Amino acid sequence: MSLVTAVGISVLFALSLNLITGFCGQISLGHAAFFGIGAYTSALLCKAGMPFLLTLPPAMVVPAFFGVIVGLASLRVRADFLAITTMGVGFLFVGVVRQQDALGGEMGISAIPDTGLSKLAFMLLTLLLCVMTALLSQYIRRSWMGQVFNAVAEDEDTTRVLGVDVPRFKLAAFALGTALAGLAGALYANNLKFISPDSFGFVESMTVLSMVVIGGIGSVLGVTAAAIVLSLLPSMFTFVGEYKLLVYGGLLFLIMRFSPDGVTGALRRAFAKGPR
Amino acid sequence: MLFVELIAQGLVQGSIYALIALGLTLVYGLLRILHVAHAALFTLGGYIGVLVTNQFGSLGLAIAVAMAVTGMAGVLMYRFCYEPILHHPPFVALIASIGLFIASEEIYRLVFGAYGLSYANPPLQGHVAIGALSFKQAELLVMGGGALVIAVLAALQSRTRLGIACQATVTDPQMAESFGIDLKTVRYVNFFVGSALAGAAGVMVALLNNLVEPTMGSVPSYKALAIIVLGGLGSIPGTLMAALTLGIVEAFGTIYLGKLLDRNAIAFAFLILVLMVRPQGLFARK
Repeated sequence: MSLVTAVGISVLFALSLNLITGFCGQISLGHAAFFGIGAYTSALLCKAGMPFLLTLPPAMVVPAFFGVIVGLASLRVRADFLAITTMGVGFLFVGVVRQQDALGGEMGISAIPDTGLSKLAFMLLTLLLCVMTALLSQYIRRSWMGQVFNAVAEDEDTTRVLGVDVPRFKLAAFALGTALAGLAGALYANNLKFISPDSFGFVESMTVLSMVVIGGIGSVLGVTAAAIVLSLLPSMFTFVGEYKLLVYGGLLFLIMRFSPDGVTGALRRAFAKGPR
Repeated sequence: MLFVELIAQGLVQGSIYALIALGLTLVYGLLRILHVAHAALFTLGGYIGVLVTNQFGSLGLAIAVAMAVTGMAGVLMYRFCYEPILHHPPFVALIASIGLFIASEEIYRLVFGAYGLSYANPPLQGHVAIGALSFKQAELLVMGGGALVIAVLAALQSRTRLGIACQATVTDPQMAESFGIDLKTVRYVNFFVGSALAGAAGVMVALLNNLVEPTMGSVPSYKALAIIVLGGLGSIPGTLMAALTLGIVEAFGTIYLGKLLDRNAIAFAFLILVLMVRPQGLFARK
């Protein structure tokens, strides 16, 4: 059951990045930082005595606040520069948390109080939030905002020339995506009852980005599927034991090398080639 | 005195960064790929350096072999990993590169063991006093070697036909091609030279720490990316200056800001600060 919860959290996290990278085309290599900000916000508030469910809104607002700041940066730097800037944000977050005793330092925060929900209820809550996020993603994609996101991803300059207020939409994408990442982080913290800076580093940012890319940038179903498979991979591959990371890295490379639009793209092509 | 010492430390670290980042810049300038797996070649260089030195007892030979092998490995990596996916959006190559990097770290761990290797008789460990400063000989080698390599590279770039062809390709690939420059050759050469530099850096870092381990590339893998961005992506003098600057900033930062931020965070705080003021990097061309 806790495995299902963990997978659900990964899906939520991947969908949140999909809003920024998939829909709006803004690459982020530091998305785990917002996941972490949400986790720390919720954990600290819970320890201060706040009931778990009430910590969820602040665990979305705080990361969204920082997300908008990074969004402002994305107005100034683009493409590869943005990728490196967001990577920097990730390291900055980990670096700051490590050195602050108030945030638990290297040791992290442990013994997060009980949520008051049974394991089953917590799982259902996670899954409900996943479904809601997936539906929201689909809704956004069809909406006017989604169209603009797509336009920005395809060709930012032309979109700007067409008179669209591009900065506003980019900020919206960052705010939404980071808020949802924070929500996923809050669930993560309360599911494990323990968080430390190591859980929100560069590797985690890379993992979530690979979920989005392998799922096929922007495809809600594909990203969901990729998140499920990639988060189950470590436990599925117990038989390869110490070759786990080798298989993981190799797969990432092979998928990109032979099917750059992700697994969804490969399936789509397979079906398109089918009976006609 | 602390002040001068910190600058010296920063320059040593900066020279290492420069050697790694220069290769990355060569690749980026040409292909616009963020080549994370570059750091895997750096690690490979370290391993070859230690193995050859322990076997034959010659550091010079070790550096030469490491450069040749990593250079070839770089060319193969380009030919089989990047060339087929060049026409896709850049993040495709980025993810492929990350996958390649993770996989190669694992291969090193499986082949050479998780605890790393050391030099049997580490060469150049003596100390040399310059004024009031004391340097390890290996540190001097890093700085001297770095400066030499960069000088040679600069000379080749501006004096030889091939070097000029490289520059032309970076500036405008289409125009270069229509003047009869073979893009393929230029790319192979750049990958070879860039990867060989990373290999040399690997040997030198292995010498400084007297240790090579599978994960020794993970810090350079992202630090070097930060440096080439600081340097204005694809500019060689810019990268050089950015590497030295970052080395010095880190040396001072860990002393004065160590309570607030760790070493990585200091480097990236500096990077973000610079990018907000100058989004095109410290030393952009144009």
